[in-house]
Amino acid sequence: MRGRLQLDADARRGLSQISLPFAFSILLLAAPLALLLAMSFWTQDFLTLDRTPTTANFVEAWTNPIYQTLMLRSLKISLIVTVVVVSLAYPAAYYMSFVAPDNRKALLVFLITIPFWTSYLMRIFLWKVILGFNGVVNGSLMGLGIIDAPLDWISYNQFAVIITLSHAWLPFAVLPIFVVMEKVNRSYLEAAQDLGDTPFQRFLRITLPLSMPGVIAATLIVFIPTIGDYVTPKLVGGPSGLMIANMIEVQFKNANNAPLGAALSLSALFLVASVAGIFVWLNRRYLKSEGAA
Amino acid sequence: MIELSNIQKYYGTYHALRDVTCHIQEGEFFSLLGPSGSGKTTLLRTIAGFEGINSGTVMIGGQQMDGVPPNKRPTNMVFQSYAIFPHMSVAQNVAYGLRSQRLSKTETAQMVSETLAKVGLAGYGGRAAHALSGGQRQRVALARALILKPKVLLLDEPLSALDRKLREEMQSELRRLQRSLGITFVLVTHDQEEALTMSDRVAVMFEGQIAQLDSPQALYKHPASKRVAEFFGAMNILKAEIIEVNGDIATTRIEGLGVAELAVPKAASVESSFCVGVRPESMTILDDEEQAYAKETPATVTEVEYRGEMTYYDVTIDGADKPVVVSMRNTSNRALREVGHHVRIGWENASAVLLLDQD
Amino acid sequence: MSKRILTVFMIAFILFLYAPTLLLPIFAFNDSSIIAFPLSGFTLDWFASLGAADELRKATGTSLIIATSSSIIATMLAMLATSATVRYRFPGKGAMIGTIMLPMFLPEIIIGVSLLTVVLLAGLKLSIYTIIMGHVLICTPFCIAILRSSFQQLDPSLEEASLDLGESRFDTFRRVTLPLIMPGVVSSLLIAFTISLDEFVIAFFLSGTEPTLPVYIWSQLRFPQRIPSVMALGTLLLLLSVALLTLSEVLRRRSARRLGKDMTGGVL
Repeated sequence: MRGRLQLDADARRGLSQISLPFAFSILLLAAPLALLLAMSFWTQDFLTLDRTPTTANFVEAWTNPIYQTLMLRSLKISLIVTVVVVSLAYPAAYYMSFVAPDNRKALLVFLITIPFWTSYLMRIFLWKVILGFNGVVNGSLMGLGIIDAPLDWISYNQFAVIITLSHAWLPFAVLPIFVVMEKVNRSYLEAAQDLGDTPFQRFLRITLPLSMPGVIAATLIVFIPTIGDYVTPKLVGGPSGLMIANMIEVQFKNANNAPLGAALSLSALFLVASVAGIFVWLNRRYLKSEGAA
Repeated sequence: MIELSNIQKYYGTYHALRDVTCHIQEGEFFSLLGPSGSGKTTLLRTIAGFEGINSGTVMIGGQQMDGVPPNKRPTNMVFQSYAIFPHMSVAQNVAYGLRSQRLSKTETAQMVSETLAKVGLAGYGGRAAHALSGGQRQRVALARALILKPKVLLLDEPLSALDRKLREEMQSELRRLQRSLGITFVLVTHDQEEALTMSDRVAVMFEGQIAQLDSPQALYKHPASKRVAEFFGAMNILKAEIIEVNGDIATTRIEGLGVAELAVPKAASVESSFCVGVRPESMTILDDEEQAYAKETPATVTEVEYRGEMTYYDVTIDGADKPVVVSMRNTSNRALREVGHHVRIGWENASAVLLLDQD
Repeated sequence: MSKRILTVFMIAFILFLYAPTLLLPIFAFNDSSIIAFPLSGFTLDWFASLGAADELRKATGTSLIIATSSSIIATMLAMLATSATVRYRFPGKGAMIGTIMLPMFLPEIIIGVSLLTVVLLAGLKLSIYTIIMGHVLICTPFCIAILRSSFQQLDPSLEEASLDLGESRFDTFRRVTLPLIMPGVVSSLLIAFTISLDEFVIAFFLSGTEPTLPVYIWSQLRFPQRIPSVMALGTLLLLLSVALLTLSEVLRRRSARRLGKDMTGGVL
């Protein structure tokens, strides 16, 4: 049944076009990841690399209490940040899609994304300034007479990390939810209204389920990269707010133990991929049982 | 001009074109007619070069088209969506294909204005493409294709997006244009009226095969099969019993109506089963005083549908399963019948056609 | 009723979003080397000090080179990938596009350390080329996301018409495809440029002797007395980003108007 050349022209053209970016991806992502994996099974003594395979690094990464704490803390912070971000992003996206007039939507999207385009480093540093001992929050609260002494629990700890990271990820979460909400056919809502639903019921039974794909996308977009954030914990985390990425850097640079760094990186990746995978799987089951598309 | 021989095409396991053979003459207005999924657009795109084939040959103007890409074929196409380039003006659209000919600006402008005049869009050159109506876009698409003086113009359902009145106007315009230019037109449509109005010949396609290739009159009067017959307007289908065959005339007992001498369809074989098709307008409800018709059958009116120019009557005939539809022109001296009236249906041999009972 | 609550929420949301950013110009003009309230007075000194910093100039140059190269390469790769996936069907399509989009979902540090591993094992020197490669890797998925809608809006029969009228595939791309996807291409370039300009982690891990701008800023954060200059720099970068984004939006609206399409969409 395979006929002449022109029949596969479509497939051939598609393949030849995607071959370059795909090759690039393999070369710069797949291959390095493979090397990272290989590296994690080796050992490093100062600057010499011993390539005999060993699982010592992974054992170390998973059993040493320091690394365990860091990983669990990173996971915890990621989860909290994700919940906070998505909870705040959802009403914002709802406003943008269902309340804002059509001609303002592009403007709102634009407004939401601008902070994202300012230097990430700067923004984190500014949060350090805002939350710091002599910073904006303390200064204003004292100036207004609400407190006598500066609050010391708002900076250089996990709380500061969570606030800072939440702020950074908000636009990323708003946009996917907004996009999906825009696709919701408004005539479904009109039909529901016609059939007797109150606004809240309409939201619960139609808008919410239909916007779920956006929520899931937003959750994954925030959760997965957050676990590996480096800058925020370093700048505003203090000793108790450091995350796994900081330790990975130490292993690669100062401690000269790249294999351990590799093992830590891959372990963190595995952790986040598993949690994300479970999340997606649970969602599939939940959505299927509810009969939603 | 176009020779299609034994074309087979598969999309994966889907057999889109089944052994299609067809010869389109130079200068004729040829239509490919069929329901959606019949393969007519696929066949058109095969001629244009946008689809490949698994086996068979495509020859245009005596030349083999195997391996020849669309930009090198002597055909030009008017797409269903018109495909007018939105970022160009009308003139730029029309002149698009002339670029490789490296004409001077004045020559190009001249050709563009001439061609626009031919399609009835004189003076529209400066308009932006996105500011045109559907009908105007279609003319631009025509101009753009015709300016290249192709041997064959392919049209993929060009009128389906237009409203009824515009469609009828364009039908006569296309016909007129084709006659004045003298080039071969191959048109794809699902509208049988369109095909009948404009074409010299029509190929009726069902499921990847050509069921019948004939002139519009022949298709209407002598459809080869029940399916073709039903495709062209209303057709009463009645059971047929062949009593005897003499050469190519079959003496047939038609369910309810009686016996008639009918031509045997060309594609008939010993195993074929038959039915009879009778057009509503080929029978008449006789006045009480009227002389006897060639053949007569008594019937009772069960339903009356007045449609301005014509009235459609459902009549039940003794011996026939279902009611038969008879249409009568509403002339001023003719009284409308009513439900329950007993009438006489007049008909003759020529009213009926023997059909192959197949799809 | 609930609309009002939502509106109030939205206003608060936007204020919260902009709060840190608004501080930037405030402290950039503040005549004090301590970043705290109360404010001390207006000065342009910090901006002036930027002009003298040689390292800053070099870092800016490095970042610009990297950002320009990355955005061009990423956009070209994205055009190929998007064209392939939107228009054609071929085996392995899902897996291939998944691999290409993966960097958007991975923590940057993973990408940074994997590339660093390659460099270490291959005995290469850290240079701007490795950073460019890293940036292309993370920018391409974003560029694909942007170009996707451009390609989806492209009527395939437009390209077929061009071929039918005698043009080659290359000329069809030049005369029909490219002009019609241009808004997406420009957006893609600008966004990739901005991502690369601001990217820290990968640059930090792969920086050799020529730091990028963010890496330079990072090194300055350690010195309290340099902070106000950093604020001034940040303000300038902020203005640059806003300018680029506004430009991108204006261009998008203009070409949408020219093509007669509706303009209520956005960067999406």
